[in-house]
Amino acid sequence: MVNKKVKINETIHDFDENLTIIQACEISGIQIPRFCYHERLSIAGNCRMCLVEVVGGPPKPTASCAMQLKDLRPGPNGEPPQVLTNSEMVENARKGVMEFLLINHPLDCPICDQGGECDLQDQAMSFGLGKSRYTEDKRTVEDYDLGPLVETHMTRCISCTRCVRFTTEVAGIDQMGQTGRGEDSEIVTYLSNTLDSELQGNIIDLCPVGALTSKPYAFTARPWELQKTETIDVMDGTGCNIRVDSKGNRVMRITPRENHLVNEEWISDKSRFVWDGIRVQRLDTPFKKVEGNLIPTSWEDALSIASETMRCGNTSFVAGDLVSVETLYTATKLSEYLGGTKVLGDLDTSGPLNGRSFYVGNGKIEDLDKTKNIILLGTNPRKEASVVNARIRKAWINGANVYRLGVKETLTYDVNELGNTFFDLQIFLDKMGSKKSFWTDTIFLVGYSFLNNRSADVALNTVRSYVEKFKSKFLIIHPNASAVGSLDLGFETDVKVKQNVMKETKTIYNLGCDTLEVGKGSFVIYQGSHGDKGAGSADLILPSACYLEEDGIFVNTEGRIQYARKAIQPPGKAKENWRILRAISEKLGYIPNWQDLNGLRGALFDDFPLISEPGKIIMVPWETAEKQKKLGSKVPLKAYIKDYYLSNCICRASKTMGNLARARNSLNLKKAS
Amino acid sequence: MLKEKDKVFPNIHGFSDRSLKGVMARGGWVDTKTIISRGPDHIIKTIQESGLRGRGGAGFPTGLKWSFMPKSSEKPKYLVINADESEPGTCKDREILRHEPHSLLEGCLLAGIAMGCSAAYIYIRGEYVREREQLEVAISEAYDKGFLGKNACKSGITFDVYSHHGAGAYICGEETALLESLEGRKGMPRMKPPFPAGSGLYGCPTTVNNVESIAVVPTILKRGSSWFSSLGRKNNHGTKIFAISGNVNSPCVVEEEMSISLRDLIDKHCGGVTGGWDNLKAVIPGGASVPLIPKSVCDDALMDFDWLKEQRSGLGTAAVIVMDQSVDVIKAIWRLSKFYKHESCGQCTPCREGTGWMMRIMERLVKGQASLDEIDMLIEITKQVEGHTICALGDAAAWPIQGLIRHFRGEVEDRIMTYSSKKAIQAAE
Repeated sequence: MVNKKVKINETIHDFDENLTIIQACEISGIQIPRFCYHERLSIAGNCRMCLVEVVGGPPKPTASCAMQLKDLRPGPNGEPPQVLTNSEMVENARKGVMEFLLINHPLDCPICDQGGECDLQDQAMSFGLGKSRYTEDKRTVEDYDLGPLVETHMTRCISCTRCVRFTTEVAGIDQMGQTGRGEDSEIVTYLSNTLDSELQGNIIDLCPVGALTSKPYAFTARPWELQKTETIDVMDGTGCNIRVDSKGNRVMRITPRENHLVNEEWISDKSRFVWDGIRVQRLDTPFKKVEGNLIPTSWEDALSIASETMRCGNTSFVAGDLVSVETLYTATKLSEYLGGTKVLGDLDTSGPLNGRSFYVGNGKIEDLDKTKNIILLGTNPRKEASVVNARIRKAWINGANVYRLGVKETLTYDVNELGNTFFDLQIFLDKMGSKKSFWTDTIFLVGYSFLNNRSADVALNTVRSYVEKFKSKFLIIHPNASAVGSLDLGFETDVKVKQNVMKETKTIYNLGCDTLEVGKGSFVIYQGSHGDKGAGSADLILPSACYLEEDGIFVNTEGRIQYARKAIQPPGKAKENWRILRAISEKLGYIPNWQDLNGLRGALFDDFPLISEPGKIIMVPWETAEKQKKLGSKVPLKAYIKDYYLSNCICRASKTMGNLARARNSLNLKKAS
Repeated sequence: MLKEKDKVFPNIHGFSDRSLKGVMARGGWVDTKTIISRGPDHIIKTIQESGLRGRGGAGFPTGLKWSFMPKSSEKPKYLVINADESEPGTCKDREILRHEPHSLLEGCLLAGIAMGCSAAYIYIRGEYVREREQLEVAISEAYDKGFLGKNACKSGITFDVYSHHGAGAYICGEETALLESLEGRKGMPRMKPPFPAGSGLYGCPTTVNNVESIAVVPTILKRGSSWFSSLGRKNNHGTKIFAISGNVNSPCVVEEEMSISLRDLIDKHCGGVTGGWDNLKAVIPGGASVPLIPKSVCDDALMDFDWLKEQRSGLGTAAVIVMDQSVDVIKAIWRLSKFYKHESCGQCTPCREGTGWMMRIMERLVKGQASLDEIDMLIEITKQVEGHTICALGDAAAWPIQGLIRHFRGEVEDRIMTYSSKKAIQAAE
């Protein structure tokens, strides 16, 4: 890194010479207006809003987004180059560009969803002329159908090409582009296709004007009347940072927050549009099963039924996919008190996972940026962690090689196929041998279709011994938000243990696990938010809050602790999860020494210091791998997520997700035929 | 008048034999090996001393441009020839391509070796189908004789020449858009810096030169820099191919000395302006994108870069468009505006939106259907487009209009008054 002195307006600063002028101005606290420039996309330089004056340069303003400091020439006597951001030339240029942007813009702000959070509106106010001189007819263009998520109003488009750059660079689809020339150029989908990507919703945020807006959110709220809550997403194990906008007690939309370590500033469509699933199919009152029918009942009744059943002993807790750590902790304490077992519903491993060096690994999501070789072992990041998938694509664009062991599903980058069994993995490992330069620059991403395989324990041990030997990186991709939290708290995943538990247990306390197959004879208590499969097979239903309706801690797939915050109230009689469990504990005679959430968290942090620091990953000592055995298993890996849009109970309740699933299925059918 | 012996392109009109045999009889491909053996530095130095300025329009010194190429580079270096001649009125490169292609190829080899390039790409305008055929015949002739390819001209250097057909977009004549198009993408100009000399074709160091700039190189190297610099005024040396069209008795393409007076050029080669010199109204001296000059300036106009620049016009591609008194000059400029509106690539805001707006105002000015203060507004719009765009197309669209208003404001105002008084009379009736 070489530094360079640059004078911005009247002050001299010292910057890395590879920065562009706009970045340098940003650092020194000067805002440069822009439309096309975006830190995470390639530079287009086409909106011309960010023009600045370079003193001593050509007698015309320069686009600050594209000019690197190293290209600025020093003054005649070697003085640092000077950039002016508010000279007459600059102000004049901005006025001109603003006028050009507005002449063909419909100025329909009162009926535009972007109104109030529109870059064009804001910058027209700050830098524009104030009156219109354009008397000719305005350009009109046709809108096109991008699918059920993104609505288009292309007359408002200012051709900044952010959406085109995002879809081609980050999302990895080539459906969008700019066609035509000059005035007649339009942003279109080349073949009038709808977008086939899990990240398409991000173009709504990227669009600086109201050309691309959210279809499900259309005309329902204005930004200034929304209450904003910063929280964490639970649709996958990545733990994307989100902001929930609510109006009254309704979630109106979900948008991403920036966190470079986790989701950069993208979120998947599932995270963004699942909110309509929160409104429907809710369990809003306790139910009990009477003669095979579920009938509503009171909390008092429900709690006494629950405690009486559990008092008879032999209760097992099953963790679902969306449960917060606090809930799991309360359940753990109760389970300890009752002497039962607790298992994680969605993962069946062939051996125990003893500590984070088994079920998290030593890698982080950000490691993907600098690793040369990425080996996907039984994971489809596109479905299981869409945002991580975008990061892998970024690495691939920058030259990383991606290898895949597992089911051949379409990803957004090219992969070198290794096969679909552990035997194939062994062949690859043997082929690469102990090439140190390869392995030290490698990250293994291990998914559930690997871990769920019959001889995964041996294979995982092999991977871990490579990691140990060559200091490679390794990260488990957990598709579920509650997975790492559950494992930290000691929930069992060993399939033998789980089978025994299911066979012998009298009472199963199900915390929102909808994939659980229960044998006859056990009494099932389902505590969850949605009336899905799990609730259907239950004998007693305790309605609880979902992830936007209570505060909670979630541990993401890399072991990062993040706090989710309550955005709205749970519906009807539904209660916060930990409260329900605490009430049952009390009925059973176990009275925790805390009363409220803060007390709960205090006790949790004391018992599990791993979970104590928000935003951080606490590194744990590495458990040494056993001596590695040859992998001979030819049992093929099976895909973990079948239907991306319908992977948990909230998505299954969402109409938007249903539409997307249907659209994708018909697309797949079309491709197949 | 330029003497026959000083002509760089003796066969510009295609009257003589254009096969390799004829070319060699006229001195083409002769002594090429000797020139190469003098070394790259010598070639660049000679071109710098000759004072050759780029013939594509901007008039940037060619030798200086070549010296920007990095001396050592891990990547291959390329020479790209801009034969996408699409400026309205311009048809000089076309004559070189079809009648003197070997001078271009020899120039490619010499310039390429001077800069250490491994290949030259000739990007030909889409409409130049026959020209490309001629060029390809010449390329295969040169390969057959061993002038190009492996051990080109027995110099021990491998140098290839490829021709590439464009699809007929004006913007692809802009050097970075040309590179984009050559790489197979949509022809849209790139941001500069990085300049092509640093990162051009496929990210490798590249020099883009006009056909004529390269085609004169062999003759300069053979006859020496002092011969070339003895022609023309200071800073504007050598010969130049002029293409004269419009209201002259016999429009033509002709090679002449730089700094020839406009009147001489028209009278001697084109049989004069139709209806005589006094019938002249205005001249666009360098292709559509330079501002026009009225007759008063034409009277003592010298056709070179500096003189015309002083008159706030330019030599451009030396495509002289002559307009006599019968021409509606407002309509003529409107037609150019329409051209630029059609050819704007649509990448950056001022040009995309501005060219259409300017054209629409011009359209109304043709009829006079405007108010007087719109003239100043139009000037302001052209100033907002000029210099604010990625490439020079915005400037090119703005300048003709600025030239029109500068020299014919009275005519524009008259047209508006006539129209509004006619309207008023109609309303009264």
